[in-house]
Amino acid sequence: MSAIDLLSEPAAPGATTVEAPRSGGIIRRLPLEAKIGAGILLVLFLAGLLAPLIAPYGQNELDFTNIFSGPSASHLFGTDGAGRDVFSRTLYALRLDLGVVLLVTYPPLVVGVLVGAVAGYFGGLVDAIVARIVDTMIAFPFMVLVIAVIAIVGPGIKGVLIGVPIVAWALYARLARSEMLVLREQQFMLATTALGYSRWRAIFRHAVPNLLRSSLIYSTLDMVVNLLLLASLAYLGLGAQPPNAELGSIIADGQSTLLSAWWIATLPGLVVVLFGIGAGLLGDGISDGKLRGRLQ
Amino acid sequence: MSAGTAPLLKIEGLRVEFDTPHGRVAGVRDAGLTVNAGEIVGLVGETGSGKTLACRSVMRLIPFPGRITAGSVEFEGRDVLAMRPRELREFRAHDVGMIYQDPFSSLNPVFRIAHQLTETLRANLGLGKAQAHARALELLADVGIADPERRALSYPHEFSGGMRQRVMIALATASQPRLLLADEPTTALDVTTQAQILTLLKQLNQERGMGVLLVSHDFGVIAQVCDRVAVMYGGYIVETAPVEVIYTRPEHPYTRGLLESIPRIESAGRATRLPTIRGVPPDPTEPPPGCVFQPRCPYAQDGCEKVTMALEMVGPGHGTACPVRPFTTPQRPEAAPTGAQV
Amino acid sequence: MLNYLIRRVALAVVVLFGLLVATFFIIHLVPGDPVEIVLGGHAPPAQIASVRHQLGLDRPLLSQFGLYLSRMVQGHFGVSFTLGSPVGQIIGQRLGPSAALIGYGMLLSVLIGVPLAIFAALRPNRWLDKAIRVGTTLTFAMPGFWLGLMLALIFGLELGWFPVSGYSGGIGGIFRTLTLPALALGLALAGVVVRTLRSSLLEVLQSEYIEAARSRGLSELRVVGKHALRNSVMNTLTILSVNVGFLIGGTVVIEQVFQIPGLGSLLVEAVEKRDYQLVQTLALLAGSAVVLASLAADLVQATLDPRVRLAGR
Repeated sequence: MSAIDLLSEPAAPGATTVEAPRSGGIIRRLPLEAKIGAGILLVLFLAGLLAPLIAPYGQNELDFTNIFSGPSASHLFGTDGAGRDVFSRTLYALRLDLGVVLLVTYPPLVVGVLVGAVAGYFGGLVDAIVARIVDTMIAFPFMVLVIAVIAIVGPGIKGVLIGVPIVAWALYARLARSEMLVLREQQFMLATTALGYSRWRAIFRHAVPNLLRSSLIYSTLDMVVNLLLLASLAYLGLGAQPPNAELGSIIADGQSTLLSAWWIATLPGLVVVLFGIGAGLLGDGISDGKLRGRLQ
Repeated sequence: MSAGTAPLLKIEGLRVEFDTPHGRVAGVRDAGLTVNAGEIVGLVGETGSGKTLACRSVMRLIPFPGRITAGSVEFEGRDVLAMRPRELREFRAHDVGMIYQDPFSSLNPVFRIAHQLTETLRANLGLGKAQAHARALELLADVGIADPERRALSYPHEFSGGMRQRVMIALATASQPRLLLADEPTTALDVTTQAQILTLLKQLNQERGMGVLLVSHDFGVIAQVCDRVAVMYGGYIVETAPVEVIYTRPEHPYTRGLLESIPRIESAGRATRLPTIRGVPPDPTEPPPGCVFQPRCPYAQDGCEKVTMALEMVGPGHGTACPVRPFTTPQRPEAAPTGAQV
Repeated sequence: MLNYLIRRVALAVVVLFGLLVATFFIIHLVPGDPVEIVLGGHAPPAQIASVRHQLGLDRPLLSQFGLYLSRMVQGHFGVSFTLGSPVGQIIGQRLGPSAALIGYGMLLSVLIGVPLAIFAALRPNRWLDKAIRVGTTLTFAMPGFWLGLMLALIFGLELGWFPVSGYSGGIGGIFRTLTLPALALGLALAGVVVRTLRSSLLEVLQSEYIEAARSRGLSELRVVGKHALRNSVMNTLTILSVNVGFLIGGTVVIEQVFQIPGLGSLLVEAVEKRDYQLVQTLALLAGSAVVLASLAADLVQATLDPRVRLAGR
């Protein structure tokens, strides 16, 4: 009589009721920080995308009657030594740079997550080898590696497009691998084996969607890092060659007239900072600020 | 207990509250107890009864965002709640000591045992380096650690649970406090080690006349060492009595329920139904009206939702918060009690 | 402890080897003939052939690698074409400023970051903590060179407190010429330090041993300064070592901004002039520095945290 009676006593319900989840989807539920960040990013991406339409002047529209003029109503960011409108140049540069950033961030993310997931899932020799390779790549200072690649293939966008992804995938691979090592012991993953799913199915249909989440959060950080890298390379003269405008090269041009025409170097830089703030807010908002602490 | 001397510890009307997103929650609603010099007082209650908070209040170690919002805590007549930071530190250093439930997490993992002991001795008692080291070894020997010279050089994670708890006790009693607060010191230990630690506490109490406030959810532990017991439920003290009295003549339904639900060895071999207390502890954000135990009480009557929680003396040193006595037959059979729906 | 040491060193050696392989391939991945590129398209074939022989490029790949390996290990880094002198010598001359810059930058990041992190952790979510968080987001978002330019503009050109280019040695010289560059380098790192140290401190401050220490009447200064920080210093070390790569990358750029004759600007020059020998060696150097820094950090951590040592990992 004893144990069965005890077991059959219904559990007392909690005093609170369960609230129904509000409709409105994922956007509504993001915290304010993330929304502001996403908003800033959206504005910047749109500005870049629509540059040809919204830029008041051409990228290389020369106007020697109007050189080195400060910010004004007709030239929001002023003009440079050849009379070119800095604001328009910035917009076009944004277009180029943001495009490259997307190209060097997301494809490596996909490759890295896949490699890391497979390595983490299978473990053993495959995992050991992958882990070594990944660690070696990450050990390398990013900038130096990309510069070395540029030394080989020559300056220009080509160098960046090749050099950055070579290392970038490794970061995602490491992240995905360590998460997979934890994930693979979870109930639902063990269940896939019990259910007789093929291992590939388990990895791709079940594990990867979970791994993607943290990688996507990390990519907000990565985008900023990549943009800064691009800008730095352009500043050094190793990026897209003139007359193409790149954020870094515009700033570099402004260095010689730093005191007299401060706007050339300062204002485009603020746009980069704005991007960094937007991405930072978004990433922080989604991950409750634990992002950077964990991953640096 | 000579008349005219203030008791070692006197808590009255203590109230500890937290500000949470769900509103203000009281972990301790109205608690009072006394510990006299040289006494071991047990504080019994289940998880959520507020006993740990009450214990921490004595040293004002309530973690933020909790606050003591009402009541008084007096140590040998001094008002602890009004102490300034420096006085409070002195108080903690010399007058009271505390040991915790998990001896592993209460010792700093990166310092050697000897270092942690000598730090306290040098900072609080002003001993010199060599003196402190010698005294540390003595203390370790006092709490029953064999081969103290070698042991003292180890790190916490190299010790077993029982030994760590002994070290904890050595640390807490290093400056000869007159009161020791023990928050579930044996809960994380196996039964044999439990007995050893309790013996140690009893020994320290007798040899040094050190008072002890022993917090536990285990009546068995309480029975082994305590002189007096206070029972806590839902943030209130519901009964207090000398230990033999509480076992033989509990005057509160909750205490009764607790005692009855201890499995008895006589029942081995004959399966009898283990009595339980129906229902669940009260929701801290919405305490029941009147008597806090009333929704689960088998003796509850009309009017129980209107009583004020207060201890009424029913014998020498024996107080209870239940006005419904004597307990004859349960007023309500073991059907659904009102209040918490089953 | 010995076990752990051996393991870590062995790991570092493996990674270093990987670096050697990777940098070796730099010259060989160049599309076209590296020698022709360096000498210019109009050099006589005889000269090209002789340079090829000098560089050992006419031998089979594996033997080239063996040669490379033995040379690197002995420190014979070859001769720079564009500059004419041995690579080792060139690097030696320009090592000082870069080392000083990196060291100074790390120092500043710790001097700024650690106190801010402590303040933030002691009063979490109050206005100071939030302000600090905003600040770190900002410094993180700034390109190093832009920050350098702004600092140069404000403190160098407008206020005239520091020179905006050049380098001079000695304590006074370093302070004068490297403060702005080191600030530009260190502020971003300080942001990372603050973030990580703050969250690690917060975690430690919740521990029971901190409360136990308070319960023994130890002063707040001792509790936080000694007990809490000791457990968090490990994290800071890890951050710093992980970010050595970032610092090295940063110096490349900062040296250009402030015209500092260090290894960073050397690298840029080498790339522009297609001096592969130099690029190769510098890349190897940079990679090795990162590996060694990480090894050093691990060893220090093992010394400070007994758990790491005894677990043998």
